[in-house]
Amino acid sequence: MDAPLIEIKGISYEYEATKALDNISMKVEKGDFLAILGPNGSGKSTLLKIMLGLIKPSKGSIKLFGVDAKNFKHREWIGYVSQKSNSFNAGFPATVEEVVAGGLAKKAGLFRRLPKTVHEDVLEALKAVGMDQLLDRSISELSGGQQQRVFIARALVAKPKMLILDEPTVGIDHQNVQAFYDMLASLNRDKGITMVMVTHDVDTVTDRVSHVACLNQTIHFHGFKEQFQTLSDEERASWYGHSVRKIHHTGGGH
Amino acid sequence: MIDAILTYEFLQNAFGAGLIIGVIAPLLGVFIVVRRLSLIADALSHVTLAGIAGSLYLSQSVAAFATLNPLFLGIAASVGGSVLIERLRTLYKHYEELAIPIILSAGIGFGAIFISLAEGFSNDLFGYLFGSVSAVSREDLLIVGAIALVVLAFIALFFKELFVLSFDDEYAKASGLPAKWIHFMFMIVTALVIAGSMRIVGILLVSSLMTIPVATAMRVSKSFKQTIVLSILFGQASVIAGLVSAFYFDLAPGGTIVVTSILFLLIVLIYKKIAVGMKRGAIA
Ligand SMILES: Nc1ncnc2c1ncn2[C@@H]1O[C@H](COP(=O)(O)OP(=O)(O)O)[C@@H](O)[C@H]1O
Ligand SMILES: [Mg+2]
Repeated sequence: MDAPLIEIKGISYEYEATKALDNISMKVEKGDFLAILGPNGSGKSTLLKIMLGLIKPSKGSIKLFGVDAKNFKHREWIGYVSQKSNSFNAGFPATVEEVVAGGLAKKAGLFRRLPKTVHEDVLEALKAVGMDQLLDRSISELSGGQQQRVFIARALVAKPKMLILDEPTVGIDHQNVQAFYDMLASLNRDKGITMVMVTHDVDTVTDRVSHVACLNQTIHFHGFKEQFQTLSDEERASWYGHSVRKIHHTGGGH
Repeated sequence: MIDAILTYEFLQNAFGAGLIIGVIAPLLGVFIVVRRLSLIADALSHVTLAGIAGSLYLSQSVAAFATLNPLFLGIAASVGGSVLIERLRTLYKHYEELAIPIILSAGIGFGAIFISLAEGFSNDLFGYLFGSVSAVSREDLLIVGAIALVVLAFIALFFKELFVLSFDDEYAKASGLPAKWIHFMFMIVTALVIAGSMRIVGILLVSSLMTIPVATAMRVSKSFKQTIVLSILFGQASVIAGLVSAFYFDLAPGGTIVVTSILFLLIVLIYKKIAVGMKRGAIA
């Protein structure tokens, strides 16, 4: 049996005064398609950032591909698609091809040129997200949903073993959300890419994922989606209600 | 003009330095503009002035500084300023832009004090503020050449990392690129270019040569590589036209170079407007 791709044990994280995560433990196995659900401010993005090594937990340990995160050298195995709105530089003068080729920078290595096959690699990644027609277009001319697909292509171009996505459907209109999740599901199924995704689209997503985790500072549930579907509404609501009281409480202290 | 350049060493120096900064200032400027760091370039140029004024003051009172090229202390101040800006930016996490006015006014403050302390500096001052065709020495030219080598090597070695970092710095960090280091080196290289360009375009207009040609190029280019090529073309054309007219009409080259680059910008803006109008007309 392979080591889990992500193994988190007893992790906590605080932003100065705000507690974001409290004693989280979870595993993501090879081939999983995990949806992380939770209300706004429940620590979902924080958890992803810890998985990516962007921030260090104050407590607990994290292993990536069986290796302690500190010593993990193969970041190119993990593709990342961030919460779109706050990350990339809107209006940037670059073509879709240039943006996607950027996804090969880490894999190529410092002081090395991008591989000779970069054009084919980029085209293949764009095909996987149905965007190969737009290779030469300027990134700032695309719609939000198209840009999001380009960013997934950028994450795919280095042939990662796992994708980590933070609310990838924000900015994609309703009709296209279904198609978008179908695309992720087929990447998971056909290319065997493990998926970890934060999302709010509970109903759309539960048809396609294998696992669900419910987060609100702590993990309230983590298991197969079939188990998740048997949970009662009251049970799910209680985690959200818990959060409302908590936020109220800490907010009042200021 | 060519005759004059072949005859006079000062013109060789000015044009040599001009042609070099006509490449490196817009080249680095592309990254500065897309990363929204234009104002940092402004702050650093004022810090450079403080270093130069300090050096001129010291040259009158301390023997060791008497023969030192003031550009060296200017470079040191600029590099020091870039490090300080980075420190302040992490200190004021939620007000990153606050670092800029702090460093900018510190630069002007120290500059003003040293300028008033250094006797006779006011003669040179005009050249430092707005550039000069006659004041570039052979040594200045060599310093600018050395700076250009550092800049070109840096960009050639880290081009793909710089691109990713400029486009999306969170992604750069998440994909395991040494974003912090590259940004740190980038700031130092920026400080070098600013100090090096200062002799020709002057403190007050250095950042224009890094930003206006880029602003022009961005209007007409589709790709990042094209933006770089066009920025250098617009920058270089502005430097050449600016230096020639400065020489003939006895004007400050900083002024003529920047005004030329603004002309290019206007032409491109108008051209774009007409082109878009014609497209609309064709469709309608
Ligand atoms: N950079 C930050 N500085 C301070 N507090 C933060 C920062 N980022 C997030 N937080 C706080 O941490 C908590 C969790 O945030 P986050 O992980 O972004 O939640 P989610 O992604 O689930 O909406 C929230 O209370 C948020 O206000
Ligand atoms: Mg979030």
